[in-house]
Amino acid sequence: MFALVYLYPVVYSAWVSFYEWDLAGPARWVGTANYRALATAEFLEVVTNTAKYSGGVVVLSQALGLLLAIFLNDRTRLGALFRASIFSSYVVSWVAVSLLWIWLLDPQYGLVAWLLGLVRLPAVNWLGDHRIALWSLVLVTVWKTVGYPMVIYLAGLQAIPGDLYEAAALDGAGGWHRFRHITWPLLTPTTLFLLVTLTIASFQGFDIVKIMTQGGPVTSTMIYVYWIYEQAFQYFKLGKASAGVVVFFVLIVLLTLAQWLLFRRRVHYTT
Amino acid sequence: MRSSHPLLRALTVGVLALVALVEVFPYLWMVSTSLKDLAEVTRFPPTLWPSPARWDNYAKAWASGPFLRYALNNAVQTVAILVLQLFFGCLAGFAFSKLRFPGRDACFLVVIACLIVPPQVRFVPLYMLFSKVGLLNTYASLVLPYAVSALGTFLIREAFMQISDDIVDAARVDGAGTFTLIFRILAPIARPTLVAFSLFSVVYHWNDFFWPLVMTTTDAVRTLPIGVAMLREEGTGARWHIIMAGSMFVVAPVLVVFVAAQRHIIRAFTFTTLK
Repeated sequence: MFALVYLYPVVYSAWVSFYEWDLAGPARWVGTANYRALATAEFLEVVTNTAKYSGGVVVLSQALGLLLAIFLNDRTRLGALFRASIFSSYVVSWVAVSLLWIWLLDPQYGLVAWLLGLVRLPAVNWLGDHRIALWSLVLVTVWKTVGYPMVIYLAGLQAIPGDLYEAAALDGAGGWHRFRHITWPLLTPTTLFLLVTLTIASFQGFDIVKIMTQGGPVTSTMIYVYWIYEQAFQYFKLGKASAGVVVFFVLIVLLTLAQWLLFRRRVHYTT
Repeated sequence: MRSSHPLLRALTVGVLALVALVEVFPYLWMVSTSLKDLAEVTRFPPTLWPSPARWDNYAKAWASGPFLRYALNNAVQTVAILVLQLFFGCLAGFAFSKLRFPGRDACFLVVIACLIVPPQVRFVPLYMLFSKVGLLNTYASLVLPYAVSALGTFLIREAFMQISDDIVDAARVDGAGTFTLIFRILAPIARPTLVAFSLFSVVYHWNDFFWPLVMTTTDAVRTLPIGVAMLREEGTGARWHIIMAGSMFVVAPVLVVFVAAQRHIIRAFTFTTLK
């Protein structure tokens, strides 16, 4: 059963990736042509876009998640309310969030346009400008997912023994020093875990692109999984799409391996 | 929020409140928009709250497609996946933790390997497979690929490992069959794990857009997220009041569950991924 729904797809992708097939006609063996077709400017742009999107999402949501976790690491009711509010977006449908943000970012009637107008900032064409659209998607993604790194960091913070801070306070260490020399090093495993998990998760980004931009304007928001989807279901190039899938899978395996190695090496232990 | 200086403390609370507001306000805006009429949607500057509230937008959105069908499909899909995942998860979890057979650990390694195969790797080949055997546009194409969960199996195995073998032996002596043993004795003990995994699975599949999008092209099997996304493609102009009302069909159930069980849900999401 596991083999059928998980491993069969991987093997089958690898197989089909050496064929040219549009699903209707017979498949034709083309050797490595599908892979060579990946070595184009078009595919390079997809990779660059994905790297920008993932990089932006990972760095921003991790930094913001850590900040929020540090300030919300308490047992007050207000803290619990804030945490729940911030996390709530994480469980809401991507479809609804994407639709909502198209409407909020609407250049004519959108709430954001109005707010910017209030403080006399120039209007921004969030989704229509090819230099900005990808970053708009990054911001929306961070808005939706920041609750996740926040709760993971909170779990990490709660695992740090309180007497370490007391000892540091006795030694006269200020807030920044306590963060720099206790919190941050002890959170290293958490940070590495999030780094890899968020990278893999953002690699898989699809819904937001499908609904908000369809890869446009031009191809400025064409990211990896959406590109595979278009190859397979718009152009019916299943061989090429499968080659894309194989490369994608190899990347994920490499990332997972990297996580494994990093975890074994750079972890700070406490007694 | 534990700064010592009162002014600094107030400032921190203020900034945090602002962040929380930025996270929550868009949903209020969604509700507000869903109750406006077209004239008010396109009014600039926008009004905060509509007067009068047009509740009939919800009826209009519901009637603009076969939404009852979508909702039923969504529920069937989510529940079927959950039931199968728990059933097979418990069986496999039991086999991997309490039985001894040759190749057990090798099999378990295969399950672990499956943890890193995301749906985005599986959709193209499974689409081709389903199209060959004529299963596209069926519940089977929505449910079967998720019927066994590597994550679920892994978590349930962990939970079963914690349970003492004495309990298993005692049950055996009392004449309990394997099914009774798994579902009447072990599963209740592992309840926290099962609940956490269930919440995770239900939220994921209720919201899932990617898989149904790929596997379905007919209304008979489409799910809510697809139906809601299609609201935007049909019709013309700024029908945002209708689109936002439709979005609430997907969002509202999840938010209700979240408000009711937020502690459990937050724990479920940290627990299922930290392991």
